[in-house]
Amino acid sequence: MKKSIADLMKIRDEALKNMQLRDQSESNCRVVVGMGTCGISAGARPVLRAIIDEINKRSLNNVQVVQTGCVGMCRFEPMFDVNINDEKVTYVNMTSEKARQVVVEHIVNKRVIRDYTIGKSENE
Amino acid sequence: MQIYRSHVLICGGTGCTSSKSLLIKDEMISELKRLGIHNEVQVVMTGCFGLCEQGPIMIVYPEGTFYSKVKISDVKRIAEEHLLKGRIVKDLLYYEALEDEIVKSVEEVDFYSKQMRIALSNCGVIDPENIDEYIAFDGYQALIKALTEMNPEQVIDELKISGLRGRGGAGFPTGLKWEFAASYKDDEKYVCCNADEGDPGAFMDRSILEGTPHSVLEAMTIAGYATGANKGYIYVRAEYPIAVSRLEIAIKQAKEYGLLGDNILDTGFDFDIEIRLGAGAFVCGEETALIESIEGKRGMPRTKPPFPAEKGIWGKPTLINNVETFANIPAIILKGGKWFSSIGIPDSKGTKVFALGGKITNTGLVEIPMGTTLRQVIYDIGGGCPDNKKFKAVQTGGPSGGCLTSEHLDTPIGYDNLVKLGSMMGSGGMIVMDEDNCMVDIARYFLDFTCDESCGKCTPCREGTKRLKELLDRICTGKGTLEDLSRLEELAYYIQDNSLCNLGQSAPNPVISTLKHFRDEYLAHVIDKKCPTGVCKDLLQYFITDRCLGCGSCARVCPKDCITPTGEIISEKTGKRRFVIDNSKCIKCGACIQACPPKVSAIVRQ
Ligand SMILES: Cc1cc2nc3c(=O)[nH]c(=O)nc-3n(C[C@H](O)[C@H](O)[C@H](O)COP(=O)(O)O)c2cc1C
Repeated sequence: MKKSIADLMKIRDEALKNMQLRDQSESNCRVVVGMGTCGISAGARPVLRAIIDEINKRSLNNVQVVQTGCVGMCRFEPMFDVNINDEKVTYVNMTSEKARQVVVEHIVNKRVIRDYTIGKSENE
Repeated sequence: MQIYRSHVLICGGTGCTSSKSLLIKDEMISELKRLGIHNEVQVVMTGCFGLCEQGPIMIVYPEGTFYSKVKISDVKRIAEEHLLKGRIVKDLLYYEALEDEIVKSVEEVDFYSKQMRIALSNCGVIDPENIDEYIAFDGYQALIKALTEMNPEQVIDELKISGLRGRGGAGFPTGLKWEFAASYKDDEKYVCCNADEGDPGAFMDRSILEGTPHSVLEAMTIAGYATGANKGYIYVRAEYPIAVSRLEIAIKQAKEYGLLGDNILDTGFDFDIEIRLGAGAFVCGEETALIESIEGKRGMPRTKPPFPAEKGIWGKPTLINNVETFANIPAIILKGGKWFSSIGIPDSKGTKVFALGGKITNTGLVEIPMGTTLRQVIYDIGGGCPDNKKFKAVQTGGPSGGCLTSEHLDTPIGYDNLVKLGSMMGSGGMIVMDEDNCMVDIARYFLDFTCDESCGKCTPCREGTKRLKELLDRICTGKGTLEDLSRLEELAYYIQDNSLCNLGQSAPNPVISTLKHFRDEYLAHVIDKKCPTGVCKDLLQYFITDRCLGCGSCARVCPKDCITPTGEIISEKTGKRRFVIDNSKCIKCGACIQACPPKVSAIVRQ
């Protein structure tokens, strides 16, 4: 179908959301999910899928989701870090549901959910 | 719109495709399905990444992980380890991407970090078959800007400010050419893209068409607007099937979006593009021969003037530019001519794409700012000659160019600088030669090419190149005389001065430049009847040294029966004599060397 200039701008913005991933200088938010054997067996895959789904739903285009291996604290798995502007927060004992909340609260609203972080859990 | 957490970019250029990158892509997709992560990871087939030597190439984002020489059997590991579990498969990385166990991203390895990409900026980054990905990276923004905010004169002015010169060979200022084309009024006018790319070893234009075909379409449309033309032709050789099919897809998509056709973006401007396939003759890259070919005639040059800007296709005003020239234009319109002219050196602005080939470690495609030195390109980016061989010369400008020596390595690359040294920029072939290359043989190789490709229309080129080649043949086979050398020179200048088109005018360049820089090699062939590098087989002589034990193994295999026991007596007891080769009958097949027992190794080749 023939596109107007406004249509083209829309196409550009939409497509860019996905493609920003290929521009390494753009992102300032990075979610690092533990995907060691420990993580996967504790249910890291559904957590990862939930994160991506939530990011997708909200069109958060400058969030990178990467995986990492075992970080040595297997009892806390599934766990992931959220890095925003080089500040790192580690969330532990995640479920799909909690992960979705983290995306909304932490990444969108910029409010850390203290209850889910490693500092809180270690003190328990 | 689906957002993926990871993108796997696989090179779909001609080089990597021929080493099965399409199958690698299919395998990757099926592995991702098997692992259930195909909705999280996107697989994209892109254009050429440039480092063809290391193909097939795969880049995984967001990390920018650079896998090289990927095999189908490696795909499973990359999918399971990297994409599922996030562990980079280190042993499959490009060797330079791993330094002291630290993984470098694709932007950080030397080959890329020293380049600057304008014409190639989308190659290896976007899916060339998806117009949306082109649009995402500012595609068609330049067209919107030109059509809605600029009048044709302003577009041409911007090009003039940019200092862009033609990338197809002659280096004519592009803004000026557009101005000429715009100045001729006619009911029909044309824009033509020269994608004939006939230089042996050159593949810049092919890679642009394969990697970012929309850039060329967008620029041609802008050219139509600026010069008052409503119809474009892309003349591309039929030997580039991937480029042709991507162009076809791109044209179809652009038409669907209304970016080609009638009333583009509701501005009232009409422009359409058609592909014309060429049969791949070198001379058809010459603009007037190209016009003849588009008109359905035999590809032979016309005399100039009139230039195509006045009388081109069907006798109508025609603007002809090279693929790479066009590929620079959207960026110039978007970022301004000033920005472009800030890159490079006074007479040569912007960047140039080179196809590195010959005796060089990183064979492939590089784009560098003008003014970069040959040394930086050959050593820092190209990695120098393989196997620690010594650099001898570099041929720029393909068969029409000349060779430059190690003395010239610190020359900043630019149109005028290369011409001053007796070579030229040409379309961007860069063939490196090391100590094992015979320069007379190299000159003969290029002459062989131009002699074959001469269209035959004018005598100096048709007959002259043939005679030049015969002279070189004589020299390479040991039949040359000193007189032949002066005849070679005389004829070379004659052809240069008297040929009809640039094919003939530049055909003697390889001879003239090798004669100038490597005269000693010619003299060795002519006077000593020796080829210093051993490339010219006919000048090799086989000898049997005094290590010979007289066994006769060599004589028994010699197909010409020219080895006889006629040397001095080796052993008084048996009366055996050393064997001797009659070099007047020897055909240099090398069978005797193979037959001589390794412990003895009495036969040498000099
Ligand atoms: C023998 C010969 C072959 C040529 N081959 C090509 C070619 O393959 N591609 C090209 O763009 N220009 C080629 N040219 C140069 C064209 O004649 C013309 O100068 C060029 O297409 C103009 O575009 P530009 O100003 O953008 O460089 C060739 C010229 C000669 C004499």
